[in-house]
Amino acid sequence: MDINTPVPTIYGDQLEKFGELWKKQVQTLKEKFGDAIEEVLFPKEANTDVPIIFVQAARIIDVLGFMKNDAGFEYGFLADLTATDEESAPRFHVVYNLLSRKSMSRVRVKVRTDEENAVPTAISLWPAANWAEREVWDMFGVRFEGHPDLRRILMDVRWEGHPLRKDYPLRGYQIFPTPEAIDPSLLNY
Amino acid sequence: MSKDGSAAYFTTRVDAVVNWARKHSLFPLPFGTSCCGIEMMATLCSDYDMARFGAEAIRFSPRQADLLIVAGIINAKMAPVLKTVYDQMSEPKWVMSFGACASSGGIFNVYSVTQGIDTVIPVDVYVPGCPPAPEGVLHSLIRLQEQIQKGETVAQRRERQSRAGTLKSIT
Ligand code: SF4
Repeated sequence: MDINTPVPTIYGDQLEKFGELWKKQVQTLKEKFGDAIEEVLFPKEANTDVPIIFVQAARIIDVLGFMKNDAGFEYGFLADLTATDEESAPRFHVVYNLLSRKSMSRVRVKVRTDEENAVPTAISLWPAANWAEREVWDMFGVRFEGHPDLRRILMDVRWEGHPLRKDYPLRGYQIFPTPEAIDPSLLNY
Repeated sequence: MSKDGSAAYFTTRVDAVVNWARKHSLFPLPFGTSCCGIEMMATLCSDYDMARFGAEAIRFSPRQADLLIVAGIINAKMAPVLKTVYDQMSEPKWVMSFGACASSGGIFNVYSVTQGIDTVIPVDVYVPGCPPAPEGVLHSLIRLQEQIQKGETVAQRRERQSRAGTLKSIT
């Protein structure tokens, strides 16, 4: 695909609207965090609709916190927290889709990680990240450091493996006819 | 009494009478989990009117129902729930597997969907289609009634086995 063909996006052509703002924001991030910003993919230069900012796992909470609270960013809304299996080292990208309700612009922050290395949890910034991180753990087996309750959220507790990994068989059925045992301590909240 | 007033009688077996009574008063529990549930509602409503076959008294508690209509996709996470609902129904109980998803997984040939509810609970009658037409549902209801009359359903076989002491497991 020619990188100059506009990427179809449900949000319309954002580059026209937010191009200047994004450039300024990326510049600020690079100045402030230096090496922690590993790579930036910009619309038109790469095949993407909004800027993708790759951040070092160790500094991700600093960067996200800055982007959430700084007056020039105000990305206060965590639209989605998910992951992708890239099948190349490092294996996973944890994806944070952010929306600023002030400028209505969106950016995508990514962290590269693998099975062994945990990513710091974003619950301190957005409590809603709790279940999203549990889902990422359930589906991809990415661990989140500091997460208070990293249990499976969708699959059965007896499930083996992480079904959205590329090497998980599409038809890897695991059907349990008996109800799953619930940890009794969870009922006393 | 015959028509001219003379005494007449016919002989039958008790279980034939019991089965005849059972087949005309099925109490369905609608276990509608997705799109097939809509078609099940259509079948129950006045246009197709399952009441004509004595199966109009919908019960939403498994303890009051004897026909489990599983209409829709049963995910892996739902399988234990379905099994529990089935176990809670009192004997004799029947199961209708409604639509492609419940019968075989349908188009969802993936890790998260049971490939047919018969991997979890025994099924008496399958209704093909995605979703099945209400006529098909009525057809399979009549088939189920025929089976009940003949005493060939899973629950009735189980009943006979348990009387004979040859029942191995309850499902
Ligand atoms: S068989 Fe078709 S209509 Fe029925 S639940 Fe499956 S997908 Fe929906």
